Amino acid sequence: MAQHEILIAGFGGQGILSAGRILAYAGMLENKNVSWLPSYGPEMRGGTANCNVIISDEPIGSPILNSATVLIVMNSPSLEKFESYVTEGGMIITDKSLVTRSPLRKDVDVYEIPATQLASEMGNPTYACIILLGKFIAITGAVSKGSFEEALRKVLPEKYHKLIPEEMKALEVGMEYEKA
Amino acid sequence: MAVVFKRPHALKDIPMHYCPGCTHGIVHRLIAEVIDELGIEGKTVGISPVGCTYNNYEYFNCDMVQAAHGRAPAVATGVKRVNPDNIVFAYQGDGDLAAIGTAEIVHAAARGEKITVIFVNNAIYGMTSGQMAPTTLVNQVTTTTPFGRKPEIHGHPINVCELLSTLKGAVYVERVSVHDIKNIFNAKKAIKKAFKVQMANLGFSIVEVLSTCPTNWGLSPVEALKWLRDNMIPAYPLGNFKGKDLEV
Amino acid sequence: MGEKLLMKGNEVIAEAAIRAGCRFYFGYPITPQTEVMHYMAKRMPEVGGTFVQAESEIAAINMVYGAASAGGRVMTTSSSPGISLMQEGISYAACAELPLVMVNIVRCGPGLGGILPAQCDYFQSVKGGGHGDYKMVVLAPCSVQELYELTVEAFNISDRYRIITMILGDGILGQMMEAVEFRDVENIQNVEKPWAVTGTGMKREHNVITSIYIDPEVLEAHNRKLQEKYRLIEENEVRVEEYNCENADVIVVAFGTVARIVKNVIKTAEKEGIKVGLIRPVTLWPFPVKTFEKYATVPKAFLTVEMNAGQMLEDVKLAVNGKNKVDFLGRMGGMVPTQKEILDKIKELIW
Repeated sequence: MAQHEILIAGFGGQGILSAGRILAYAGMLENKNVSWLPSYGPEMRGGTANCNVIISDEPIGSPILNSATVLIVMNSPSLEKFESYVTEGGMIITDKSLVTRSPLRKDVDVYEIPATQLASEMGNPTYACIILLGKFIAITGAVSKGSFEEALRKVLPEKYHKLIPEEMKALEVGMEYEKA
Repeated sequence: MAVVFKRPHALKDIPMHYCPGCTHGIVHRLIAEVIDELGIEGKTVGISPVGCTYNNYEYFNCDMVQAAHGRAPAVATGVKRVNPDNIVFAYQGDGDLAAIGTAEIVHAAARGEKITVIFVNNAIYGMTSGQMAPTTLVNQVTTTTPFGRKPEIHGHPINVCELLSTLKGAVYVERVSVHDIKNIFNAKKAIKKAFKVQMANLGFSIVEVLSTCPTNWGLSPVEALKWLRDNMIPAYPLGNFKGKDLEV
Repeated sequence: MGEKLLMKGNEVIAEAAIRAGCRFYFGYPITPQTEVMHYMAKRMPEVGGTFVQAESEIAAINMVYGAASAGGRVMTTSSSPGISLMQEGISYAACAELPLVMVNIVRCGPGLGGILPAQCDYFQSVKGGGHGDYKMVVLAPCSVQELYELTVEAFNISDRYRIITMILGDGILGQMMEAVEFRDVENIQNVEKPWAVTGTGMKREHNVITSIYIDPEVLEAHNRKLQEKYRLIEENEVRVEEYNCENADVIVVAFGTVARIVKNVIKTAEKEGIKVGLIRPVTLWPFPVKTFEKYATVPKAFLTVEMNAGQMLEDVKLAVNGKNKVDFLGRMGGMVPTQKEILDKIKELIW
C-alpha cells in the first residue's frame, strides 16, 4: 500500500497552497484517495504557510499530518520547524535559493534545488514550488506528469490556461534536475 | 340604515388588553383601516415586537410573526425576501426599536428593505413598568431615572426620524402624533403613504407615531394627551423628514 | 453518479444546501467558515436565490427566523462566537417550531479564543446553548463527502419535524479539501407548509408564528408537544458508525475529525495485537444510546477522545450507565490529539 504524506511549507505568496491543491487533484484524477489541509491561522497573510497533502491507495484516516513521508520546504523557519516530522526513509526537498542551511537528517533522502533561481531564470519566480513538486513526482511517481497537467486544467481558471505549458516546463525542470 | 363607522376588517373582533387611555389601540386601528382601504389584507404579514404590543398578532387578521426584542426589522427582512409580493410591516416601540434593536433598524433602513415600520414612541418602557427609554425626555421621571433624566448621567434622547433620514435606503420617513383628531387623520395619511411606498417597491418606509402611556407617566388619559402635545412635540417635531414629494 | 471534484468542506456545505433546495442564506463573516458565505454570495444569484450579509449574527438568525416563518428553505452558517450570539434566535425558533439549518464550524474558545479546530461547542449544541427546554438535531460529519450528504439530510430532517438541524464541524473539516461526488439528490422532500406566513389570500384564518405563551397551562402543553416530538426524533433519527467493536479490547468514542484520527490508531494498534473499536456518533443529538447498551460490557474500557475538556464524555457515561469504565483524552485550544497519544492512552487502559 502506497501512502504519500506530503508537507509543503514556506512563506505565504509562494504558491504553496495552490501547488498542494494541484497535486491532490492529480491524485484524485488517478482514482487515489486524497486530502488537502491548509494552515489557516492568522499567519497565512504574508507569514508562513503550509499544507498537508495525502495521496493514498487506501481510504484516508486523519488529514492532519503528525509526520510526513515528504517535506518540501521553501524557507528556513519551515525547515527548523518540520525537519523532525519526516519519517525514516522519507525525503526532504528544499529550495536552496531560500533555505540557508542543509537538512541535518541522515536517515532521509535530501534534495536541494535552487528552485526560486531556476524559476526566475524562466521568468516567473512563483514557479519555484512547481519545480520542487517536479522532483517529488520524478522520484516517487506519486502521480503522473499527465495527471498533473490535467489537474492544472481543472484547478486553474480558464484565463490562466495559457500558462499551463510554462507550468509544465517548470515541472519538467524539477523532474530533470540533477538526475544522476 | 347606512353604516358610517365600523371595525376595519383587518382587525379581529377581540377586546384589546391595553390600559385605559393608551393610544396603541388608535394606531392599530389606523393600520387596519389603511390595510382595508388598500385592499392588501390577504397579502400582508405583520411583525409583532416585544413590549406592550407583544401579542398584537391576536388583533390583526393578516398573517403575523412575533419577533424577539428589537429584531422585528431583521425578521421582516427574512419574510419579505422569501415572498417579495407580500406587504410586510413591523410594529415597534421605543425600547424595541431605539435601544436593543438599534442595529437592526439602522441596517434594514440602510439596505432599503422594502418593509414598513410603524414606530410607536411614548418615551418610556411600558410593559416592564416605566423605565427610561432611549426617547425619554430630558428631566422626565421614570422608574430608572427617579430624579429625572439627566443628559450628563443618562445620555440624550434619540431622535429616530432625524437619524434614519440620513440613510439613502430610507425613502419615506415621517413623524406624526395621535394626541388629537386632526393629528390622528394626519397619522393615517402618513401610514397609508408608507404602505404605498412599499407597494411601489421604492424602499424602506417608517412612520414614527408619538403616543401616550398614561399608566407609566402617572397621568390621566386626558392629561397624558396634553403632556404629549406640550412636552414631546417640542423635542420630537412633527412632519416629513424624507419622501414628501414621492408620488405613490 | 456525478463527477468527482476536489472541494473545500465549507464550499461543499454551500453547494449541498443549494442542491437541497435552499434558496435563502443570511450570515455574517467569521473565520473559519467564511468560504460558505463567499460561495453563497456567488451561487445564490445563479439559482434565483437570496443572499444577505447581515449586520450581525443576531440579525442573521432573525432574518433566518423570518424567512423560515415565510416557508423558505433557509440556512445560516457561523463559527463559535457567532453561534453564541445566535442563541436567542435559536431558542425562539425552537419554540416556534421553525425548520431551519445552521452550521457551526467550531473554533476554539472560550471567549474570542482562537480560530483553530475544536469541538468545544458540544454542550452548546447538544444541551441547548439558549434558554428553555429545547433540542436541535445535531449532525457531526467527518469527511467532505459526508458534509455533502448530511447537509442535504439536514434540510429534510428540519422540514420533516419542524426543527432546527445543526451541522457541527470543526475548522479542519471546513478548511480541508477532499474528493466529493454530488450524488443525485433523489430524496429531497418538499414538505407542504400550511402554517407559514405567506398572506391569508383572504382564504383562510391568519397564521401566527410565535414563541410566547403567557398562560402557564398553555405553555406547559406546548412544551409537552415539543418533548413528544423530541422523543419521536430519538426513536427515528439516530445515526451512528460502529467500527470494529465486536471483541474490542478498548472502544474509543469520537466524533467528527477526531474519529478519523482514531481510525488510523486502530490500524496501528492492530499491528501490535490490540483490538480497538470505534463508536462514532453521527447524530450528537439524538445520541446513539442503544449502541452503547449493546457494547457496554464488551471492552475493558471505553475511551472518549475529544477536542475539548470532556463534553460528549458526559453522554457516553450516561449511556454506558456504570456498566464499564469510561476514560477520557482531550486536547484544547486548537491542539489536535495525535495518533501516538491516543495509542499510548489505550495501552495504559489495557495494561
